[in-house]
Amino acid sequence: MIRRDEGLKEIAKHRGDAIVVAVYNSAFDLRRVSPSPLNYYSVGAMGLASSHGLGLALGLPSRKVIVLDGDGSLLMNVGSLVTIASQAPRNLYHFVGENGCYEANGSHPIPGRGRLSFAGMARAAGYLHVFEFDDLDRFAIEVPRILSLSGPVFTTLKIVPGEPSPLDYEFIHGPGTRQDFKAAIAAILAGKA
Amino acid sequence: MVDELGLAGGEIIAALKRGRIEYVVALPDITTSAGVLWPISRDQDFKLVRLCKEDEGVAICAGLAITQHRAALLIQYTGFLDSLNAIRAIACDYALPICMVIGLLEKEPHVKPRESKRFGVRIMEPILETMGIDHFCIDGSQDIAALPPAIERAYENSRPLAALVGQRVRP
Repeated sequence: MIRRDEGLKEIAKHRGDAIVVAVYNSAFDLRRVSPSPLNYYSVGAMGLASSHGLGLALGLPSRKVIVLDGDGSLLMNVGSLVTIASQAPRNLYHFVGENGCYEANGSHPIPGRGRLSFAGMARAAGYLHVFEFDDLDRFAIEVPRILSLSGPVFTTLKIVPGEPSPLDYEFIHGPGTRQDFKAAIAAILAGKA
Repeated sequence: MVDELGLAGGEIIAALKRGRIEYVVALPDITTSAGVLWPISRDQDFKLVRLCKEDEGVAICAGLAITQHRAALLIQYTGFLDSLNAIRAIACDYALPICMVIGLLEKEPHVKPRESKRFGVRIMEPILETMGIDHFCIDGSQDIAALPPAIERAYENSRPLAALVGQRVRP
């Protein structure tokens, strides 16, 4: 098993100037591990991170878009695997932290826990590249290659919680945070970033 | 006034172009299928994103709006109702210009949406008003002219828009 924050640190080492879309506990960890105005916190409508990522990837094809999804979140929008594969954005990197539960909502188990294959679903949906990791060292070696592939790429990580991050809901829900993200995107589009 | 022959899809498509819509993000709706979605699927001026479910379309349109691309979310009212939380969070709370073109399946001709016998149709405008979403109904050709300025208004104010399509659209 991979500690979520440790796995995230490996992605952060290689994110470069990528946009990162994150959900709930991943969002809190992302803010601690890799703070950036190009972090997009997908909150308020659970399950839609992959779709936010698709919109951003289509709209800004020159920029890598990394989605840090949860397994419970993805189950709420599993059709997005098909939509993403159908659009096939070359710049979309979809990571799923697979902890088998709705951690942000009391850690109840997800349906199909232990039997469901997220990698299998992504492969069947038509993602170009699909990876599955449960070991940090092996993941750390592969991250640079994963992020150099032409997307859409799907990677599922078997995770457990790591060091707790501050649960700053005011920040991730705040209009100022979204404004900062929009300003960062506007700067990219204006050629200033 | 209601157009007895049905709405002309070409006029709605032209209105979307005048509104500088670049992406159409859609799940088929029989109200707009033949007259709008099929022609758009063959129109090189639009990029079409076909959806599995309407709420993912709300988020896709959000990503496109933030990256300064104009999009129309073409759905049926049942999909709107199914996507209410996504619309509440992403369009209303995030204050993004999510422009929805929503077919009112089985709305009776000559009848205002809120006077429809169809419960789902009847509650559409009150819901939109409760959510503070700019809206109007296209029930005849003369209503289509309102679409481009409504799209402009949505992007100018970064607020959502719902254009209700009140009768079946012909090619």
